[in-house]
Amino acid sequence: MTMNTEGNGTMLDPKVPEGPIQDKWTKRKFDVKLVNPANRRKYDLIVVGTGLAGAGAAAALGELGYNVKAFTYNDSSRRAHSIAAQGGINAAKNYPNDNDSVFRLFYDTVKGGDYRSREANVYRLAEVSNSIIDQTVAQGAPYAREYGGLLDNRSFGGAQVSRTFYARGQTGQQLLLTAYQALARQVGLGNVELFTRTEMLELVTKDGRAVGIVTRDLVTGEITSHSAHAVVLATGGYSNVYFLSTNAMNCNGTAAWRAYRKGAFFANPSFTQIHPTCIPASDEHQSKLTLMSESLRNDGRIWVPKRADDTRAPNEIPEDDRDYYLERQYPAFGNLVPRDVASRAAMRMIEQGRGVGPLKNGVYLDFTDSINRLGRQTIEDRYGNLFEMYERITDEDPYVMPMRIYPAPHYTMGGLWVDYNLETTIPGLFSSGEANFSDHGANRLGASALMQGVADGYFVLPATISGYLANWLNEPPVPTDDEAFTAAEQEVRDRLNRFLSIDGTHSVDYFHRRLGKIMIDECGMSRDRKGLEKALEQISALRAEFWKDLKVLGTDESLNQSLERAGRVADFLELAELMVRDALDREESCGGHFRLEHQTEDGEARRDDENYAFVSAWQWTGEDSPPIRHAEPLEFEYVALTQRSYK
Amino acid sequence: MNLTLRVWRQPRRGSEGAFKTYEVKDVSPDASFFEMLDQLNERLNDQGEEPVAFDSDCREGICGTCGVMINGSPHGPQSGTATCQLHMRKFNDGDTITVEPWRALAFPVLKDLIVDRSPFDEIIQAGGYISANIGAAQDANATLVPKPAAESSMDAAACIGCAACVAACPNSAANLFTAAKIAHLGLLPQGQPERYLRTVAMVETMESYFGSCTNFGECETACPKSISIDVIAWMNRDYVAAQWKNLRKQGQQA
Repeated sequence: MTMNTEGNGTMLDPKVPEGPIQDKWTKRKFDVKLVNPANRRKYDLIVVGTGLAGAGAAAALGELGYNVKAFTYNDSSRRAHSIAAQGGINAAKNYPNDNDSVFRLFYDTVKGGDYRSREANVYRLAEVSNSIIDQTVAQGAPYAREYGGLLDNRSFGGAQVSRTFYARGQTGQQLLLTAYQALARQVGLGNVELFTRTEMLELVTKDGRAVGIVTRDLVTGEITSHSAHAVVLATGGYSNVYFLSTNAMNCNGTAAWRAYRKGAFFANPSFTQIHPTCIPASDEHQSKLTLMSESLRNDGRIWVPKRADDTRAPNEIPEDDRDYYLERQYPAFGNLVPRDVASRAAMRMIEQGRGVGPLKNGVYLDFTDSINRLGRQTIEDRYGNLFEMYERITDEDPYVMPMRIYPAPHYTMGGLWVDYNLETTIPGLFSSGEANFSDHGANRLGASALMQGVADGYFVLPATISGYLANWLNEPPVPTDDEAFTAAEQEVRDRLNRFLSIDGTHSVDYFHRRLGKIMIDECGMSRDRKGLEKALEQISALRAEFWKDLKVLGTDESLNQSLERAGRVADFLELAELMVRDALDREESCGGHFRLEHQTEDGEARRDDENYAFVSAWQWTGEDSPPIRHAEPLEFEYVALTQRSYK
Repeated sequence: MNLTLRVWRQPRRGSEGAFKTYEVKDVSPDASFFEMLDQLNERLNDQGEEPVAFDSDCREGICGTCGVMINGSPHGPQSGTATCQLHMRKFNDGDTITVEPWRALAFPVLKDLIVDRSPFDEIIQAGGYISANIGAAQDANATLVPKPAAESSMDAAACIGCAACVAACPNSAANLFTAAKIAHLGLLPQGQPERYLRTVAMVETMESYFGSCTNFGECETACPKSISIDVIAWMNRDYVAAQWKNLRKQGQQA
């Protein structure tokens, strides 16, 4: 094992209950200390972020009777990027009678994650998946139905069963709205206080535990301290470190990064997912990339011309001159291989000069066969809104011309390290959803992000958090005039003033774009030592330039979007470096982390289970000293470690 | 493309505002409307003028964060399209484009093109939900939902809460928004127990902020999700029905 190569790293204990995997969650729910209903109102809790994992947690904790404050930088708690998830949500209901089970969902997810996730967490996720469908149906999510009134399912990448529940191409929207409405109900009842257009800029700790946060009112600029018995960060992922990603413009890593700098370990930062089916970039002013749901791969066939110099229009290229490369290379899964596999295959085609479109930066996703087989109406029913979105962006009609797609940064499997209870290494600080690292290993399967967001928010966190809270019964929260809060507020003000006083020559976006270029080139779909080492130098130089040459106009006492972005990009400039360090440190390929030095003869990821079957958890040690890498060993008792094959 | 923009600039809530004219050059027809504004902002920042503030998040037409009046139309000229999905190829080289925030008394301007839409959240908080506590649900297939009901419910549930309907309405009414939620929940079996209480609570909260509907139908035209005003008729019927349904109040018959 190379777990301690960094010298002073330690082994982390994930606090997984003993016993058979089927019993672990039941056992934890029984073992955990409870807070009785009358005592819950004595506790103040903070939830940051109102996506599925945050709104869900805030609503669930409010229903239980805690005093909850929920925060979002958006103007409403209905905006978070969970809303953009398109294809669906997995659950092990086995309604289609195709041999699915909790164990199979667990197995597929561990395998899909390329054996870099914690078995006990993944099993729990599969176990509660069925309750998610029950709960969201009860709350009014209008899932797709069969004519008899029963729920419909479809298949998704990385699985050979149909276990994905969906609401047209807007499943994330409908799930977020149920969580938003559950939260709105609690706000209306007075159990949750909601702060919109309010951004968390610092975590406050005292005596080693989380005691509150410092926020900025994005309209007035007012800096405020909020105190609580425990803090939950449900602040999403950091794919925007790449500048161009499928994430919303405001998605950022600041809350997690502030927590990291206060002592929370950051796990597997380099594990990022590059999603295979996005619309290719068209020019340099592009502000984001748009995802086309993976569900399209159910009925679309992916191909490129066999010859690199083929300039014919797609409809003029005969079957014999087309290479349906996924069907050729992976006959068992075909177009439904997991995302990391599909993305790398597309990358190889483009590297061979067989890319399509004006910039030769795409591959075809072709619906002709499905339209001929099923009729245009069926395809329209299944994907109508996605086809419309595609046409709006590209001005091409996908019913007639094959779509052009290309991989784009989409999801970050890495995040704050949490134990089985979703508690970070700072006592009293919890993390749920994409913001934590826990369930997807080195690659997330489609329709599993919604599953994790709801599972953590509705079912896991509300059950585990009482174990921590019970220790603080009848202890009031730390008052906000305590030195811990006033010092944190001062740091926040100083930092904002620093951005405003640099008075350099370039906008925040200028630096963000350059950072994104470094990251996608050197720490994107494939990585190697030379490139990563170069990236470390480039990021460090760019960071220095940022702090010398940034230009933010306006004041901190009003709505100032440049100032908001400055803080987020400053944190991305630090987080990017940690991602690169982690990618360098992990001398193997697994899932989305593909080191060119470690591949099989046919170009698949080659894991090194002997030396790297662990979670890397990084600890901040200060501005000028390198972080320490700790490790959580991963044991695979139920899913045998094998070379992942989708052939 | 080269364009002339007339943009509403207003430093803060309650302060004076005015149109300011800017030239934007070399805009790609494939750029989205906001990418064009990003380009303007980058230049303004370089020249020492504060960038134009506007709300935008997902840029996929689903989060509902964005929305501006473009030449007097909410979300601009393309039907069924949020501002973030509008592309410059829908304009002509040399056009003058007027860009304003949503117009409605209930939505005060916070800065430039950004308004406060929090009354929408209050309407939902008043009753736009099904009271189903987490953990208490039965098996998802225990309640059958006829496919046509699920489809109509989904049509209404597609609302993104952007408020273009209010901005388009000569009366600044929020009936389309409110009715879409009432229809989404009221069309499903799960939504029946609270159906009439929900309708009254939401309609009355709506009326405390917004004007009255007089069936102009501008809202349907402006809606980026093309939600039909049929839902308003549905809401009105339930609101009238609620007057006696709620009086019965035994709750035994929805």
